[in-house]
Amino acid sequence: MANIKTQSESLFSKKNIGLLKDPLTDNNPVTVQVLGICSALAITAELKASIIMGISVIFVLGAGNVVISLLRNVIPSAIRIIVQLVVVAALVIIVDLSLKAYVPDLAKKLSVFVGLIITNCIIMGRFEAFALGNGPWKSFLDGVGNASGYALILVVVGFFRELLGSGKLLGFPVFGDPVEKTGLYATGYENNGFMLLAPMALITLGLIIGFQRSRNKSLIETN
Amino acid sequence: MEFIQLFLKSIFIDNMVFATFLGMCSYLAVSKKVTTAVGLGLAVIFVMLVTVPLNFLLDQYLLKPGALVWMGPEYADYDLSFLTFILFIATIATMVQLVEMIVEKFAPALYTSLGIFLPLIAVNCAILGGSLFMQQKEFSNISEAAVYGVGSGIGWFLAILAIAAIREKIRYSNVPAPFRGLGMTFILTGLMAIGFMSFGGMLTGGDTPVAKEVVENINPSKTEVEEVVIDSTTLEIVKDSLTQKVQE
Repeated sequence: MANIKTQSESLFSKKNIGLLKDPLTDNNPVTVQVLGICSALAITAELKASIIMGISVIFVLGAGNVVISLLRNVIPSAIRIIVQLVVVAALVIIVDLSLKAYVPDLAKKLSVFVGLIITNCIIMGRFEAFALGNGPWKSFLDGVGNASGYALILVVVGFFRELLGSGKLLGFPVFGDPVEKTGLYATGYENNGFMLLAPMALITLGLIIGFQRSRNKSLIETN
Repeated sequence: MEFIQLFLKSIFIDNMVFATFLGMCSYLAVSKKVTTAVGLGLAVIFVMLVTVPLNFLLDQYLLKPGALVWMGPEYADYDLSFLTFILFIATIATMVQLVEMIVEKFAPALYTSLGIFLPLIAVNCAILGGSLFMQQKEFSNISEAAVYGVGSGIGWFLAILAIAAIREKIRYSNVPAPFRGLGMTFILTGLMAIGFMSFGGMLTGGDTPVAKEVVENINPSKTEVEEVVIDSTTLEIVKDSLTQKVQE
């Protein structure tokens, strides 16, 4: 992790940009740190749900990191987990109520998984590893960066699952009409409904991890 | 009979890991050795047994719209359901703390073997997920909630036990380098989830007619051989139960 320094530096110094950018690729919270898979996979059958979930987590982690970072000198370490949980729960309630107000259909589809952002390991992990030891601005960048890394994986998985599973993207048919047999379906192509089921989310993510590691040899585990 | 059905259903069909992906973080992190996996699994079963019925009571007498009516008719309009998340997670965090102290006092051997895993359970999504699903399923009494809690816990235990055993063995196989470790674990979990999908038809026993509603994404073509048709119908059953659950 980025080392902790209190010296003054510009808002967008190289290190700060690094905080924002690293989690997107080489230090991705999902594929490298193995955090936050819990609530991630079940909602990736559709691209739209993935995007909304990604945005929710970006909001919760960005804001939560700032709050925890501001409170870091007043929280007694013995009860910090409960304090963190309360902060996250409050932010998640905000997200949950706004989703219910503005996108009710999607909120129903995400069901309990919005609530499960509370126990998303990325959030507690970032609080513990970063926000408790760094200033608000850096924590904000770190939070947004990590949540974006998470959102990126969600969107990639959601993209493949929706495209291969139902032949659509964001609800628009891409390959033509499967009933009328137009477009790609005229050649005998069929949607793979299996992609929409739970196991394929895991396998897709496994393949993404394998792909990333084959591009970046330093990530390969020694077993 | 109902309890047995609910029990088996929560273990196999609605398996926490394979059907709803809950508790994946600790599932992946703590599944390198069977012994530690067993310790964490037992702790999860125990905590779920305690927290799910407790949260059921909270939900019934505090959170539901109109739940406060036991305090008097003038409270009938109160709806505190927006407090659900905060109260559930607070219950879980305190219960985990309490369980930790009780275990430390009365079973020190178990306490040392569980070690760090006990406090970590507070942020295990399977626990909060169990409570949230319990709320969604609208159980009628507390014993149903307790059975559901234990069943889900056992399901999670089975999952982590299985993957830990497989990971201990796979160390001796020649996995392609990029897939070593995490990638392979994911794919294995996916394959295990496919296996668990076959439990989907267990409780219907084939007596109930296959759901008439055709899932739009699975459209078997006319030339399909019979085996494939059977596959797609089982898929439909599982998918229906999943979508029903989400819609509920």
